[in-house]
Amino acid sequence: MSAADATLTALDTLRFAIRAALGYPLRTALLILAMSIGVAAVVTLTAVGDGMRRYVAGQFASLGANLIIVLPGRTETGGLQPNSFVASTPRDLTIEDAAALARAPLVQRAAPISAGNSEAAANGRLREVMVLGTSSDFIAIRQLSLAQGNFLPVTDWRRGGAVAVLGATVHNELFGNNSSIGQTIRLGDRRLRIVGVMEPSGQGLDMNTDELVIVPVATAQAIFDTGSLFRILVETRDRDAIDAAKTGLENIMRERHEGELDVTLVTQDAVLVTLDDILGLLTLAIAGIAAISLIVAGILVMNVMLVAVTQRTAEIGLLKAFGARGRDIVCIFLTEAALLSFAGALTGYLFGLAGAWLVRLRWPELPAWPPAWAVAAALCVALGSGLVFGVMPARRAAALDPVLALTRH
Amino acid sequence: MAQIELENIARTFSLGNAQVCALSAINLAIEKGEYVAIMGPSGSGKSTLLNLLGLLDRPDAGRYRLEGRDVTTLSSDELAAVRRQRIGFIFQSFHLIPRLTAAENIALPLVLAGAPLAVREKQVRSALAKVGLESRAGHRPDELSGGQRQRIAIARAIIMRPAMLLADEPTGNLDRHTGQEVTELLEGLNAAGTTLIVVTHDSVLGRRARRRLLMVDGVLTDDKSEAANGPPPALPAPMERQRGGMQ
Repeated sequence: MSAADATLTALDTLRFAIRAALGYPLRTALLILAMSIGVAAVVTLTAVGDGMRRYVAGQFASLGANLIIVLPGRTETGGLQPNSFVASTPRDLTIEDAAALARAPLVQRAAPISAGNSEAAANGRLREVMVLGTSSDFIAIRQLSLAQGNFLPVTDWRRGGAVAVLGATVHNELFGNNSSIGQTIRLGDRRLRIVGVMEPSGQGLDMNTDELVIVPVATAQAIFDTGSLFRILVETRDRDAIDAAKTGLENIMRERHEGELDVTLVTQDAVLVTLDDILGLLTLAIAGIAAISLIVAGILVMNVMLVAVTQRTAEIGLLKAFGARGRDIVCIFLTEAALLSFAGALTGYLFGLAGAWLVRLRWPELPAWPPAWAVAAALCVALGSGLVFGVMPARRAAALDPVLALTRH
Repeated sequence: MAQIELENIARTFSLGNAQVCALSAINLAIEKGEYVAIMGPSGSGKSTLLNLLGLLDRPDAGRYRLEGRDVTTLSSDELAAVRRQRIGFIFQSFHLIPRLTAAENIALPLVLAGAPLAVREKQVRSALAKVGLESRAGHRPDELSGGQRQRIAIARAIIMRPAMLLADEPTGNLDRHTGQEVTELLEGLNAAGTTLIVVTHDSVLGRRARRRLLMVDGVLTDDKSEAANGPPPALPAPMERQRGGMQ
């Protein structure tokens, strides 16, 4: 009885399961389809979710990761405070404030921003535009580029020159395909010479630079008859310096505003981390919802395997009569369930990749690549649910009485 | 020592509240190489007896010694191993797996025993030759006639070189002519030394066996051996015909 110890090998189990799966092609195809829809849904939807997260993160990063934005006024979250009644009106930000911040340690460069709407007339056409008053460093801080001509010249911020740089859309609407360099644009009652045109940058998150007319900050303040700034952009030497620089800037502003910190400093990191968290959570939620379909597919696997046990009762009896042990039968049926789930998961993964590819084709700006964790989770859940839901039918098969199984026919 | 020894074997089934006694106080000894027919009307317990002999079912009482070993106390895995090595089954409805080819069906017991591929191929070829169906190796059961299917099933039953063949109405689904061919094939295997136990209620088939057991209501009522009476009446000299048919 030495050969009695030898039993069904893993390879033969697999081969037998493959033959069984192929023996019922329609059933197998439908089950693979059901499983693949679940996996494809997870892969494609998480690709879209993660793509959105990366798109937003990319947009913020394009604003400059070393950026600190200084806004007038203090945003307090503590509600009413004693000094809320005393010092009610925050002081304005001024060009001098911006100049002081630009000289601070750890600061690479700074740009004052003054903004407002105005009527623009050029080339015999009239249009409402947003006027942005700033300095020569603006283009470097916002990482923009010029299509033609030059950006604002390096001058004393307090002395506005009569020059303007057009956003791509503004240029197209006023001048079409003609060159605008050297032409005159009238903003309100001021006539400015156009020195440059910006490269189209697409929709930015805060304002669309394509729709701007950029002028020296003092010129903008004169147009809008104001001495204050909308905000100040500060770029630090590097990303790690942001926290230290922020403290330094707060101290300077407190000193300049008579000991009171009445400005708000916003770093990109804070906004980015929050948005990243929200969109990451959203992707996870999408994945969770899609994963429900995998559980449903798992139940389908169980149903199909239960039918298979009933269908193949005589076969199970036969295997037992010829010496298959209970655990051999369990192995055979579990392997078949795993095989079907695996084929479904693999097909679904390919469908999902195709889906993500179509999304990228339709919206090229969205980096819709399925995240690795989602792919791994989808494949594991698909295989796992197939196996877990395969156990019960396999056990049922193994428990079949061979006598009954063989005499049922 | 006989190959098969049954001592006071009893088997009872529960049907609802009623207890149906399928076998009671069966005492039986079968020697190696015997040709036994178990006969009797439907419901007389002959299939139950065959299932017990084939270790597919366990008795409620009594002792079953197979080749000197008490098999009534073995675990189900041990029983599976004994079935795999010592017993070949042949069924009325063939029980071939429809999606597998003839050769794959025959190889099934070897697969379950974990035999390597090369050994399998050699043994399947030799088994196919024994049943005269070498040319049908790649055919599926639905491409074969009834007689061919049963011959494939016989090839599968003998692939492990079992000590005994248990056949439950092996010709029940076949016409008279093919039934006869299958019978001769089985008798040829018996002549080569394998114990052959056939359950049948076909009296012509039954009469060919050298020993006939008659069962009525779960009890062995008759045990006749023909050895003294010479060859069976209906088909003279089956051995020679068998050899002729296997060329």
